[in-house]
Amino acid sequence: MLKALQLEPEKCTGCLQCEMACSYENEGVFNPAKSRIKVFNFHDEGRFAPYTCTQCDEAWCLYACPVEAIAINAGTGAKEVLGDTCVGCKVCTIACPFGTVNYNSSTGKVIKCDLCGGDPWCAKACPTGAITYVDADGTGMERMRAWARQGMPPAGASVNAPAEKEIPNYESA
Amino acid sequence: MHHVVIGAGPAGVVAAEHLRKYDPDSSVTIVGGEEEPPYSRMAIPYYLVKRIPEGGTHLRKSSGYYDRMGIDVKHGRVTGVDTNANAVSLDGGGSVNYDKLLIATGASPVAPPIPGTDLDGVRNCWDLPDAREIIKYCEPGKRIVLIGAGFIGCIILEALVASGAQVHVVEMENRMVPRMMNETAGGLIGQWCGDKGIEVHTGTRVESIDEKNGALSVSLGDGGRLDADLAITATGVAPNIGFARDSGIDVDEGLLVNEYLQTRSENVYAAGDCAQGRDFSTGEYSVQAIQPTAVEHGRIAARNMARGHEHYHWGNVNMNVLDTMGLISSSFGLWMGADGGDSAELLDKNEYRYLNLQFKDDVLVGASSLGLTEHVGVVRGLIQSKTRLKNWKDKLRKDPTRLMEAYLANTQAVGHNAHVL
Ligand SMILES: Cc1cc2nc3c(=O)[nH]c(=O)nc-3n(C[C@H](O)[C@H](O)[C@H](O)COP(=O)(O)OP(=O)(O)OC[C@H]3O[C@@H](n4cnc5c(N)ncnc54)[C@H](O)[C@@H]3O)c2cc1C
Repeated sequence: MLKALQLEPEKCTGCLQCEMACSYENEGVFNPAKSRIKVFNFHDEGRFAPYTCTQCDEAWCLYACPVEAIAINAGTGAKEVLGDTCVGCKVCTIACPFGTVNYNSSTGKVIKCDLCGGDPWCAKACPTGAITYVDADGTGMERMRAWARQGMPPAGASVNAPAEKEIPNYESA
Repeated sequence: MHHVVIGAGPAGVVAAEHLRKYDPDSSVTIVGGEEEPPYSRMAIPYYLVKRIPEGGTHLRKSSGYYDRMGIDVKHGRVTGVDTNANAVSLDGGGSVNYDKLLIATGASPVAPPIPGTDLDGVRNCWDLPDAREIIKYCEPGKRIVLIGAGFIGCIILEALVASGAQVHVVEMENRMVPRMMNETAGGLIGQWCGDKGIEVHTGTRVESIDEKNGALSVSLGDGGRLDADLAITATGVAPNIGFARDSGIDVDEGLLVNEYLQTRSENVYAAGDCAQGRDFSTGEYSVQAIQPTAVEHGRIAARNMARGHEHYHWGNVNMNVLDTMGLISSSFGLWMGADGGDSAELLDKNEYRYLNLQFKDDVLVGASSLGLTEHVGVVRGLIQSKTRLKNWKDKLRKDPTRLMEAYLANTQAVGHNAHVL
């Protein structure tokens, strides 16, 4: 069975070990700015959310690529950027509705999570178990994918339902 | 079941692959009008700057790929569709019968209505023969005039400048990429180009092109004259649909399709630059002529052709990303704003950073940006999922860059008490 990253924000302390491990393993530098996994910091609430590519079946990035520079790794199911082939056109960065493909201006190519070939460093580096690499069923990734399926048309519950809208009250936020 | 796809661009190839996947027992034929293996127009600029060889533009690179996939790729120009006989006719005689047909013939450039566009040194930058000619001028010392600074024009501009050629751009609107960027952002791109030594002539048109002593002379409406070795026109495209007229397929700006990408003729579908499909943001039918739309059309049309009408097409978010000598810009959906909507804006002129978000109620409906490269796709995600931002709208008003957090907070459990975010 394919494995997937399971992200559990409630366990995340915001230590950024995952970002460090990812950037070091993949880019050779300890630089969170080059990490493919990102920890979002909800300052106001003191909470954190690790987030990266779900390796979604739709693979918008892969199909949008004009030069066949994103390919599926048959072993891991990851959608991998082939650095030698990528021309840096960035179409995948806008096509991915999860925002998990980024352009790296220092190399002129895009980067995204490739599950480190099946042994993801972010999971190994996480001290609190907020990131684990587990059988794909029932992971947070599966829930995210499910959200993607229902949130994105065609089956969107949130699509075209003005009647159900609450009246937002921006002032009291 | 014989699926026939006309057109060997991204829409056609992605559709053929998905027809194979969804209907493994069928036969799939692509009929492509150009003397090349299926290739990607979008890759041409990277060939011009020699980042890839010509073969790097090919959509699928491993040898024997189409044979292995069981996709028959034929060369031939389709001249007509007989929707009663379920057959397409080919230039030079011959025909191909289909059970289901996908028209994915793309678009062709439209020349500006000025004298001189038929001269030898004047070209489009649209196909590989154009690229093979233009690459000869992609070197220091050559003078190139680019006519049109729309999206495609600006992409070509980037390649021409990188090649070291001396480039002038002429755009009749008052700013660069006028259909993708507002005055603030378009103006900044123009200024950025000026700073890099590119001569940008906005608000003036090319009146005519003449040839004198083996060089071109390009006359501008403001009285200026530019000498050039090569002039490239990038002044818009029109769908390749002439062969489908009088065939029972409805034709407007492009081929009219319904929400399954089916034309009025039951067995005929259309995808990509030739199709006038639904725009997600406006609900109207238009020709977007962009790569992501072309491939998504291809996938959806293939699924509906192979499996019955399974995939409803809600429409594509119109979107572009552009790199202008290192200044990266993008635009999405209703970047110009929605009726009755409001917006949030962040501008740092000195740093060339800009982010403009457009809302309708508490839903993001459009955006444009300069200098945004992190998580930019989430803009599409937020627009297309119609995610209710709730109190995050206010946070985005204060800091539009917190898009990703807004998305996470509203779509996934973040922390124990996710509902409070
Ligand atoms: C220089 C350049 C840069 C671009 N950059 C970008 C970009 O950065 N981002 C972006 O989103 N888009 C970009 N585009 C646009 C993008 O390339 C198109 O949207 C995309 O190619 C559309 O795909 P398509 O398959 O619909 O059509 P096409 O790629 O045009 O393919 C159409 C196919 O149909 C064939 N055909 C046409 N008529 C017939 C006929 N009668 N019989 C048989 N075959 C026929 C053609 O030969 C071709 O094989 C760029 C285009 C160019 C030219």
